[in-house]
Amino acid sequence: MADTQRTAVHARGITKVFGKNQNAVHALRGADLEVPYGELVMLVGPSGCGKTTLISILAGILDRSDGSCEVLGVDPQHLRQGARTRWRGENIGFVFQQFNLIPALTAVENVAVPLLLLGHSRNKAIAAAEAQLDRVGLADKRRQRPTQLSGGQQQRVAIARALVHEPKFVVCDEPTSALDADNGQIVMSLFADIAVQGERALVVVTHDARIFHFADRIVRMDDGAVTDVRQQASDKTPKLHAHS
Amino acid sequence: MNRIAIKMLVGDVAKYFGILLGITFAALLITQQSSIFTGLMSRTYAFIADTSLPDLWITDPEVKYIDELEPMQSTALDRVRGVPGVEWAVPMYKSILRGRLHNGTFRSVIVVGLDDATLIGGPPKMVEGELADLRRADGVILDVVSAKTRLASWSAYDADGKPVKGATMVPMQVGDSLQINDRRAVVVGLCEVSRTFQSQPVIYTTYSRALSYAPPERKQLSLILAAASPGTDPTELAARVTATTSLRARTSDEMCWDTVMYYVKNTGIVINFGIAVLLGFLVGIAIAGQTFYNFTLDNLRYFGALKAMGGSNLLLLRMVLLQATLAGVIGYGLGVGAASLFGMQVKGSELAFRMTWHIPAISGAAVAIICALSSIVSMIKVIRLEPAVVFRG
Ligand SMILES: Nc1ncnc2c1ncn2[C@@H]1O[C@H](COP(=O)(O)OP(=O)(O)OP(=O)(O)O)[C@@H](O)[C@H]1O
Ligand SMILES: [Mg+2]
Repeated sequence: MADTQRTAVHARGITKVFGKNQNAVHALRGADLEVPYGELVMLVGPSGCGKTTLISILAGILDRSDGSCEVLGVDPQHLRQGARTRWRGENIGFVFQQFNLIPALTAVENVAVPLLLLGHSRNKAIAAAEAQLDRVGLADKRRQRPTQLSGGQQQRVAIARALVHEPKFVVCDEPTSALDADNGQIVMSLFADIAVQGERALVVVTHDARIFHFADRIVRMDDGAVTDVRQQASDKTPKLHAHS
Repeated sequence: MNRIAIKMLVGDVAKYFGILLGITFAALLITQQSSIFTGLMSRTYAFIADTSLPDLWITDPEVKYIDELEPMQSTALDRVRGVPGVEWAVPMYKSILRGRLHNGTFRSVIVVGLDDATLIGGPPKMVEGELADLRRADGVILDVVSAKTRLASWSAYDADGKPVKGATMVPMQVGDSLQINDRRAVVVGLCEVSRTFQSQPVIYTTYSRALSYAPPERKQLSLILAAASPGTDPTELAARVTATTSLRARTSDEMCWDTVMYYVKNTGIVINFGIAVLLGFLVGIAIAGQTFYNFTLDNLRYFGALKAMGGSNLLLLRMVLLQATLAGVIGYGLGVGAASLFGMQVKGSELAFRMTWHIPAISGAAVAIICALSSIVSMIKVIRLEPAVVFRG
């Protein structure tokens, strides 16, 4: 068993069944996962093996059918709906394959959304969002709308949004699959650079073998279960290991 | 997040426009049609409203409304005068008679005969001449609009009695004469009257002269106008007159209301306007509701993302409600504004248009219902939304 002090995510025997009886789909069949603070874990495996389902459960947006799960010291499923929503807002960062930036808002407003959801004043939220946009190198794109940005730039805005409220746990589902190879590298390298910290755990679901080297640990899944966990020396090592 | 909700709505120009269009259309149609309806209805009692002096309108018990009067015996007047609390009571003749213009054409005209002594019940406003001129021989007063239109004649006629080419319309003027049931009438004045539901020209004269125009009948007293003596409540007096004379006494307000209700019950006018208003309402719901729902569906993935990122159901509901309210308020403003503009445009024309304060209130309520119905489906959708959808393509 991992040291819970240093383990952000501690999941055992997670199962998930969608539907009932004949229509039942066993998306997860007893998946185990540990994610230590300060690590970037990549979740890889064939399509339909349950990667998205697993991170949805870890992030507290989906209920598991069975198993035990502790994320940042709590079991999200034991929180009541309102408390769970608030917990997500305070602790989880999300990066989506399709970015999901609100088209009517400027880049900086999109980045400010998590803070506004937490009830911060607009001025404070915008100031923090501007600082975060600077960190992803888009200081000059603050007033642009998503449609005026390239895919890579949009995903950088989305990364800024995922980090602006300093979440302890960040989940990304296929963050590079909507991008070309070069942009995928740029975005992932930026992400590894600014997102990985000693007090934060990160899980990235990906198919993209070209970004595997950014991972501290690669977790393979197949048919609803984890089949292999491989620790690796990340390319972005110096900063990482100084923390953890 | 309020600002973000508004930006989301306004940011989708096409849908925003569609939603506004639906609400504006509904507010416009409801307001405009109701105003025309109210305008038309107020015309039905315009004659009563024009005659402000009497407190009571007394008729035969069979009479239902002002445009169909059953004449009474002349002794009825004395009976009314004998009721305690009646300050004064005067006779009035009102009936449609046949008039013949000097060019030979016939016109139905409404002849109103006023008490010879007091001339009570005269037109609200004289344009030319004076009411007292009715005392001159064969004197009548015409309403000025009819004098220029229905009672006007052409400047020149050919042998067949058709107007010659290039002939102009000549309004009937003071000094002109016409025949009413083959008796001579001389125009001594022109007056203004409110437009009534009956479109015939209105001709005022004295009571006795009106009787001389009218075909001889046993009963000829159309109406008795009466006033309550100071300190007497008109409603009580009306009840007393009705009880003691077995005539039908109504206050002015009651008489107006009787008349409106007669038209409401006996014509399809309410159903007609009701259908138009309902149509506005339904089309508003169809367009605004449909577009608003589509707008929500389009934004569902963003609502899902907001949910995942810590947006509570309550917050999302507030956003949807704010979006619907904003569209509702703006659409309502545009619709009622457009209806008011329309009303100002048609002011003074043939079209009836009367916007009382009730009408914007009613269309406001209708818009509120439209917005509520439109957004409720969207709200249910947003509440049911599972945040887990954010990771699904
Ligand atoms: N809401 C749902 N209802 C029914 N079945 C579902 C639902 N969500 C996922 N599944 C099923 O669960 C299984 C695992 O899905 P999941 O999306 O977790 O896989 P994945 O590893 O993320 O695949 P991919 O690489 O294609 O994204 C699949 O068979 C999928 O069809
Ligand atoms: Mg997936």
